[in-house]
Amino acid sequence: MTIKDIAAQENITVSFLADDRPVERVFCCDLLSVAMARAPENSAWVTVMTNANVVAVASLADVSCVILAEGYDFDPAAVEAAKKGRITLLRSRLPVYETAAGVGAGL
Amino acid sequence: MQPLTLNFRVTTDDFSLAGQASSAVKHTLKDLGFATDIVRRTAIAMYEAEINMVIHANGGNITVTITPEEICAVFADIGPGIPDIPLAMQEGYSTATEDVRDLGFGAGMGLPNIKKFTDELDIQTKLGVGTTVTMRIFVK
Repeated sequence: MTIKDIAAQENITVSFLADDRPVERVFCCDLLSVAMARAPENSAWVTVMTNANVVAVASLADVSCVILAEGYDFDPAAVEAAKKGRITLLRSRLPVYETAAGVGAGL
Repeated sequence: MQPLTLNFRVTTDDFSLAGQASSAVKHTLKDLGFATDIVRRTAIAMYEAEINMVIHANGGNITVTITPEEICAVFADIGPGIPDIPLAMQEGYSTATEDVRDLGFGAGMGLPNIKKFTDELDIQTKLGVGTTVTMRIFVK
């Protein structure tokens, strides 16, 4: 599965699409230190955190993309940071579990 | 390879700017051909220390020395110091404010994460004077 496969899902919209890359796992967490320590490489990280630090953590942990759940929108600073750091940001109108389950079903 | 030294200054309490040093070092290590695991561990440990500097110490100086054998990063601040290091090393213990927690930080994972991802961690601190955190990641 790749980022484009996730982006094509019904409940997902794209905030910023960087390079397409494989997605091997799904990871859910809202505490940035925990996410940084535990998010697997090449994972889709599902969170409800909207700030630019999410992008910094995503980049450092080398996840494939961030999916913001619950219909929330990223802060403009986060989108700018994502463009600069080439991190894909997706949004889901579903809650965290349903979002993760939807992605996980395609793995 | 000659030892490569990089210096950074963390000057602000603007969280959106935190991570610039760790990101720069990550790219440098990648360009130099270090293994993915070494790059990731260095980036994570450095980012935690950078965030700590912003949260607790109003910034400071970072010096990173890269050799084929190890990566050494020194974080020196003139912040308030750490009153109880063993307590600060406990997962879940944090003195961060509500504002910081709202951003997703302050989970009390900073120092534990640094310890977990580095091979050596040394903390020198003096109350009211500052803290120097030295971390080493061995390549071989």
